[in-house]
Amino acid sequence: MILLIEQLLNGLQYGVMLFLLAAGLTLIFGIMGVINLAHGSLFMVGAYAGTYVAGLTGSFWLGLPAALVAAGITGFLVEALVIRRLYARDHLDQVLATFALILIFNQLITLGFGRQPVFTPLPQMFSGSVELLPGLPYPTYRLLIIATGLIVAAGLYILINKTRVGMLVRAGASNRDMVRALGVDIRLLYTVVFGLGALLAGLAGYMIGPISAVQVGMGEQILLATFVVVVVGGVGSIKGAFVAGIGLGVVDTMLRAFLPGLLRGVMQPSDADAIGLGVASMGIYLLMALVLLVRPRGLFSAGH
Amino acid sequence: MRLALGIALLALIALPFATEAMGQPALLSLATRVVIYAIAAASLNFILGYGGMISFGHAAFFGVGAYTVGILFAHSGGDALWGVIPGSTNLLVTLPMAVLLSGLVAAVIGALSLRTNGVQFIMITLAFAQMLFFFFVSLTPYGGEDGIIIRRSNELFGLNMRDKTTLYYVILSVGLVFFAGLSRVVNSSFGAVLQGIRQNERRMAALGFAPYRYKLYAFILAGMGAGLAGALMANFLRFASPDMMHWTKSGELMIMVILGGVGSFLGPVFGAAAFLVLETFLAGWTENWQLALGIILLVVVLGTKGGIAGLLDRMRGRMK
Repeated sequence: MILLIEQLLNGLQYGVMLFLLAAGLTLIFGIMGVINLAHGSLFMVGAYAGTYVAGLTGSFWLGLPAALVAAGITGFLVEALVIRRLYARDHLDQVLATFALILIFNQLITLGFGRQPVFTPLPQMFSGSVELLPGLPYPTYRLLIIATGLIVAAGLYILINKTRVGMLVRAGASNRDMVRALGVDIRLLYTVVFGLGALLAGLAGYMIGPISAVQVGMGEQILLATFVVVVVGGVGSIKGAFVAGIGLGVVDTMLRAFLPGLLRGVMQPSDADAIGLGVASMGIYLLMALVLLVRPRGLFSAGH
Repeated sequence: MRLALGIALLALIALPFATEAMGQPALLSLATRVVIYAIAAASLNFILGYGGMISFGHAAFFGVGAYTVGILFAHSGGDALWGVIPGSTNLLVTLPMAVLLSGLVAAVIGALSLRTNGVQFIMITLAFAQMLFFFFVSLTPYGGEDGIIIRRSNELFGLNMRDKTTLYYVILSVGLVFFAGLSRVVNSSFGAVLQGIRQNERRMAALGFAPYRYKLYAFILAGMGAGLAGALMANFLRFASPDMMHWTKSGELMIMVILGGVGSFLGPVFGAAAFLVLETFLAGWTENWQLALGIILLVVVLGTKGGIAGLLDRMRGRMK
């Protein structure tokens, strides 16, 4: 029982991470119509920049603005130099151009920081753990991540639903041509949305640093899961990204934690571990296929 | 055009002698890989360029083809698979089996994926490829993550398949047969309908063609082509591993198609050659070859129309 709750919290923490990435990606997807495979690179840039500054200054909290600024600037440059030329292109060109960006970013980071993973120390204040229930200690840093994710979700909810910018974003996600026809400066909206997505990706990258390794390729690992979240949640829908992010995060973590153990009851331990892990890795893709077969546009599609 | 093709064919046939004369046997391996990847890329181009279906999971069929050869080899010692299916090391058995199986897998994946379109189609094909990737990773009886080693290449009419030159000619012949067949399909009425669907699906439906069925047949054919390439690759490397169907491999196949020119018949051949030559030489020249490759790819995607085939067309137009 204790283990179950612990894994649920881990799932929630992973889900919140997925949401931070998917929220930006789903807006870029839904409003600009661009498939941005390089979103994971922004995540990686944020992680590296933040970790680097945190290492220089010795302060976790100074790393945070560095991560945000670096991811924001990188996002701005990527949008201005590459993405802007892709709006009118078909998906194939977008996939390949942003795939090229992945190659470029990975290699640049390798040149700058080497292939060895970089580790960030936990901030002093959050290095311990609290006892949530009797017999259930849980690391405070992971709770911080969950809290951050939920706060961002609430902030995005207010931004999207209560402000003028949010109204334009919603309008853009449901019908981008109409928004343009009504005289809204869509270029500016695109830049704002892309910048917001980049900031969220940088935040996610920096936050995940202390509990996993900051390394080249970290972006792609989470990128595919993020895309699954975006597609399952429905392109352009923040609500969908939230529901699908948390849901898939929990499902993925649970499968990884418990499936090998369950299989061990019916087969050889070594086989059970390999097969359990394999099936657990397939889990979210299987879910996506199932969701798309029932609802080809995802759970909460903003519609076009 | 016919003259150019004839010259290219002669050059391909003469290639082993040339590489031997130059003392560069590595070039022959490179050429063999180009032929194999050209088959895979051309099969992707068939659905991507002619059919307008952006499949991001094409490497899955490549991997299924390769694993068919590997698993049949593993059972060739006498212990039949599930006690019924005997293993085989005969190329005349393994190649058709690989094509058939990858076709079956493509039929299942295609039947489900083609219910969606646009972004969702890209992502669902990627998802199925990832599922197969993890399936083979967890397939511990056949090496799991490490893949499966095929100690001997398949036999064919008692030829010495250990000899690189013989293997090159075998693979080249299979490739030529494949491209001849593909040319017939592309220029058939089926190919015409497929291109019509890419241009305007609704119009084709109004004309009385069921787009779903045509797209599915094309998807299956493309899967079979990739499976054929995978089976050849397993014979060439004497190895099959889950890495062959990693999503970046699907990306590389797409790069080959776009480098060569989407929807041009010989484009994938140029694309595969350009990609592999670039990779080989950049990797030999600098450790950071992916940076250079990324920049080249970016320039090609953003700045050119129609890839290498388009470039050749324009040059020919200028000469006239």
